[in-house]
Amino acid sequence: MLEVRDLRVHYSGIQALRGVSLDVRKGETVALIGPNGAGKSSLLNTISGLVAKDTGAITFEGQRIDGLAPWSVTKAGILQVPEGRQVFAEMTVLENLQVGETALAERAPTYGLEDVYKVFPILRERRDQRAGSLSGGQQQMLVIGRALMGGPRLLLLDEPSLGLAPVIIAQVFEALAELKAQGLTILLVEQNAHLALTSSDRAYVIEQGKIVKSDESRSLATDPEVTALYLGQD
Amino acid sequence: MLAQQLLNGLVVSGVYALFSLGFTLVFGIQRILNLAHGAIFMTGAMVAYYTVSAGGPLWLGFVLAILASGILSVIVELVCFRRLRKTGDEEFGGIISSIGAGLVITTIAQQVSSTQILRFPFETFPVVIYRFWGLRVSMLQLFMAGAAIVLVLVLGYFIYRTSFGRRVRAVTDNEHASMLMGINPNMIYAQTYFVAGALAGAAGVLVGLAFNSISFVMGEPYLMFAFAIIILGGLGSIPGALLASLVFGMVQTLTIAYLPSGLTDTIIFAALFLILLVRPNGILGKDDAGSLRGRR
Ligand SMILES: Nc1ncnc2c1ncn2[C@@H]1O[C@H](COP(=O)(O)OP(=O)(O)O)[C@@H](O)[C@H]1O
Ligand SMILES: [Mg+2]
Repeated sequence: MLEVRDLRVHYSGIQALRGVSLDVRKGETVALIGPNGAGKSSLLNTISGLVAKDTGAITFEGQRIDGLAPWSVTKAGILQVPEGRQVFAEMTVLENLQVGETALAERAPTYGLEDVYKVFPILRERRDQRAGSLSGGQQQMLVIGRALMGGPRLLLLDEPSLGLAPVIIAQVFEALAELKAQGLTILLVEQNAHLALTSSDRAYVIEQGKIVKSDESRSLATDPEVTALYLGQD
Repeated sequence: MLAQQLLNGLVVSGVYALFSLGFTLVFGIQRILNLAHGAIFMTGAMVAYYTVSAGGPLWLGFVLAILASGILSVIVELVCFRRLRKTGDEEFGGIISSIGAGLVITTIAQQVSSTQILRFPFETFPVVIYRFWGLRVSMLQLFMAGAAIVLVLVLGYFIYRTSFGRRVRAVTDNEHASMLMGINPNMIYAQTYFVAGALAGAAGVLVGLAFNSISFVMGEPYLMFAFAIIILGGLGSIPGALLASLVFGMVQTLTIAYLPSGLTDTIIFAALFLILLVRPNGILGKDDAGSLRGRR
């Protein structure tokens, strides 16, 4: 469904991706783990069209999408939930969700308002509240819900657990499991490797802009190097 | 008498609101001060004048003024701001380039009008005075108040009740996230500049009619007041700009009526400083609104 081939990206002076290749197949949840600064967000942002690539190719459902503007990438059905819960703070919860529909363009919705409320019931309760007044966990649920309103064929999640309490993380990941069970394809970026490996089918390990390992998540979870580097502290 | 002055103040406030709402809208969405806004306002008045003096009806002058000012405003965004935004220089660079655009527009208007003060032909707007409850109201005043109220309501409806308005507010709130939701901010910017320019153009025609005096420099004092109004209202806040327009229009009218002439601006700006002492971010301003640095 998504094929990333030998992608290279740099910012002024910094080489962020040094030839990354990665695949996501329909219905899969694929995790991308790695330390801070490894290039995880850069990869998602390049897929989303926010960052320009140097070389390489990104193909989505047979179509080249590298070089497309961010709003065109979303219209193709790739929706990113960015790092750091970027709600539209001054707008209500309901309005945030409605803005998500913009990404549909001419596609039919896959998740309506009611479906989103079913996944995250708290959003229904808070629908007329300012998004900026929600708790961190509720904001994370809102940005996921907002992306669902855009009818994602592929959902990109950038560190959804960041800065949330364990109870809230569990709730968010339960919802993600539910979405996966409904058939949604997900590319999940996480620093929390334990969480990522237990909630995905396959995983890639990225370090300094290079994929250094990839396997079934189950196997990676018992891989001595991975456990030493990423699961030790958990 | 007070009631009469309050009524006059309301009309003045309406014009200020039309002018400063566009200025605020643009600031709110881009954190940019469009200093060509006064020239765009003046262009509206000029277009209406030349339409009428060429024999066209006033309503046509109004429509053409709104279109011309709206389009001119979009051109200013394309020429002055869009390229600077790509390099991230829009805050200070944009101030300079929009001053430049304002000068270009003003100079062209000066050439076209031969540095003359232009006046609409007699009775372009019927001179009718209504009297009730001891008040004198001209039809023009009623029209000005009516037009201001209708335009403000229409703007409010679009911004707060339509999907277009939601997209504008989303871009205002977080441009990065808005792109990830399928919004093309450049489209939103162009549309916002059009609306801002159209409102200014409408205000220009109303002011031109009210004073029956149109000149290439007529935008300058309004730009100055718009500055004060958006600071007072809270940078980027639409309700704040409305409220501040009301305060300014009233204070100005009342000081002109009851105090020695020449004190008006002194009092208005002294009041501005006093209010800012108590509310540094303006009446309805948010904590971050005073900062010219983007919040993203
Ligand atoms: N906008 C940017 N400008 C310059 N350097 C950046 C920018 N974004 C990220 N980087 C750098 O690129 C590298 C990869 O960053 P990032 O993709 O954010 O990593 P991760 O998401 O894995 O923490 C880091 O060295 C980071 O400092
Ligand atoms: Mg990151």
